[in-house]
Amino acid sequence: MQNKSLASSEAVISARNLGLVFPTADGSVEALKDVSLDINKGDFVSFIGPSGCGKTTFLRVMADLETPTSGEITVNGVSPEEARRARAYGYVFQAAGLYPWRTIGGNIRLPLEIMGYSRAEQAERVSRVLDLVELSGFEKKFPWQLSGGMQQRASIARALAFDADILLMDEPFGALDEIVRDHLNEQLLELWKRTEKTIAFVTHSIPEAVYLSTKIVVMSPRPGRITDVIESPLPRDRPLDIRDTPEFLEVAHRVREGLRAGHAYD
Amino acid sequence: MKSVLPVLTIVGAIFAIWYGAAVWLNAPWAHDVAARADRVLSLPELVADTWAQDKPKLPAPHQVAVELWDTVVGKSITSKRSLVYHAWITLSASLLGFVMGTVLGFALALGIVYNRVMDMSVMPWVIASQTIPILAIAPMIIVVLNAVGLSGLLPKAMISMYLSFFPIVVGMVKGLRSPDGMQLDQMRTWNGSRMQEFFKLRLPSSMPYLFTSMKIAMAASLVGAIVGELPTGAVAGLGARLLAGSYYGQTIQIWSALIMAAALAAAAVALIGLMQRVVLKRMGLS
Ligand SMILES: Nc1ncnc2c1ncn2[C@@H]1O[C@H](COP(=O)(O)OP(=O)(O)OP(=O)(O)O)[C@@H](O)[C@H]1O
Ligand SMILES: [Mg+2]
Repeated sequence: MQNKSLASSEAVISARNLGLVFPTADGSVEALKDVSLDINKGDFVSFIGPSGCGKTTFLRVMADLETPTSGEITVNGVSPEEARRARAYGYVFQAAGLYPWRTIGGNIRLPLEIMGYSRAEQAERVSRVLDLVELSGFEKKFPWQLSGGMQQRASIARALAFDADILLMDEPFGALDEIVRDHLNEQLLELWKRTEKTIAFVTHSIPEAVYLSTKIVVMSPRPGRITDVIESPLPRDRPLDIRDTPEFLEVAHRVREGLRAGHAYD
Repeated sequence: MKSVLPVLTIVGAIFAIWYGAAVWLNAPWAHDVAARADRVLSLPELVADTWAQDKPKLPAPHQVAVELWDTVVGKSITSKRSLVYHAWITLSASLLGFVMGTVLGFALALGIVYNRVMDMSVMPWVIASQTIPILAIAPMIIVVLNAVGLSGLLPKAMISMYLSFFPIVVGMVKGLRSPDGMQLDQMRTWNGSRMQEFFKLRLPSSMPYLFTSMKIAMAASLVGAIVGELPTGAVAGLGARLLAGSYYGQTIQIWSALIMAAALAAAAVALIGLMQRVVLKRMGLS
């Protein structure tokens, strides 16, 4: 992990004039255009924007699940492919995507098995991350025995189980109700502070983005691009009721303005 | 209890229709015999006669039951007159063919899923192979294999294999491809190898498909073994019983062989069903 030694201001993810065009049957879709962004170590960056503005595509490019058609991007100072091969990130998909034939513990163990951790280490890590997402005691349960929110927590635990400094999350709480969501947001912040991971987080919710992030990236569609990057003035310690403070509302307002401007563009 | 009544009703209806059909189909013969003896049969006499003929067009259920009892329980199982002996001859060939067909089907499915060239080229041949009537190629397989010195179990097993690999290929290709894009992407984010992707994702995902295919393949391979016994004038096996029965008009023998075949198929399929339940239960899939 050579990157640990780098200064904390060093960009963990750095995109320069990134472009991605999907060729489709009825013409090509410009999912990303001229996207430049630096994500620093320890940042919590949220991506927000209307549907189809390329949030998922951008995250997938970082994860080497999609190949950009122009521009450059580095992850931990190397290409996304090298970073993926070095298992530099954990990816949380919108759906929990747990294997139905594996227990919760078995699901969290899956990446560890693949990465060749010893059995003892697997067991130790599984119980540690289950604790982290408050699912201790559910290790032997099958996914269908858990609620949607619990499954999503298990999938986050799975992404945390191995030593990746980067966490990429694509609308992980999109399908959950407000109360569960608030709770998971709190837990996620707690976890981020404790583990000092760098997190890229896609969301549709302005309060969620403002509450969680140190940096909010506003995007707009056709072509998908970044219209605003907002550095949050909020402290890293954030109780839930920070959402009623003037600072919070001001950031939220700026995000809303950014989203509106993006819409007025087309 | 709830399911017993409907089942009994259906079984009762089948027996009623069967007995009725036996009267109807066997009546002309009964009338002929009576006419030659210058007699006219009353209705009870007619019914009694049609249910007890030696070589009826359609034997009555109890005649088949008696024949089954005689040939299954009443004979030593090493005797050529034992239906158990013949059933085993057929079953062993179809089990061997089923195993070979499953292995072949699995191998082809692997090729189709993992090799682009095979993906493009193999499936049409697999489908074409099943459009040729098995009755047309069974004699050729038997004759060709006989010519190279193979006879007995193996040629029949080959025919079973020919029929049983098909459902396995189709089912396993579908099963191995059943993981969705997200599951495959997940594997990619963990930098899993192709082997890991196969053993940890594709293979477990395909299990429900595998068992369903195996049930169809088992039934097909039994048909294959029986068909394989027909063209050679085989001396043993359920197919031989069917053939001999039809040569000599032994309809009761034919029917008892048929029922034995059905019972074998049902038992084998039920066994696979049991395996399916156990395995899927342990996997948490049911
Ligand atoms: N594999 C693909 N092939 C073709 N077009 C695609 C593909 N993936 C995404 N697109 C297109 O690229 C654009 C951006 O898609 P993307 O999924 O990144 O949007 P998003 O911001 O994540 O939207 P949402 O908020 O609805 O999830 C859309 O117009 C979409 O139709
Ligand atoms: Mg998306």
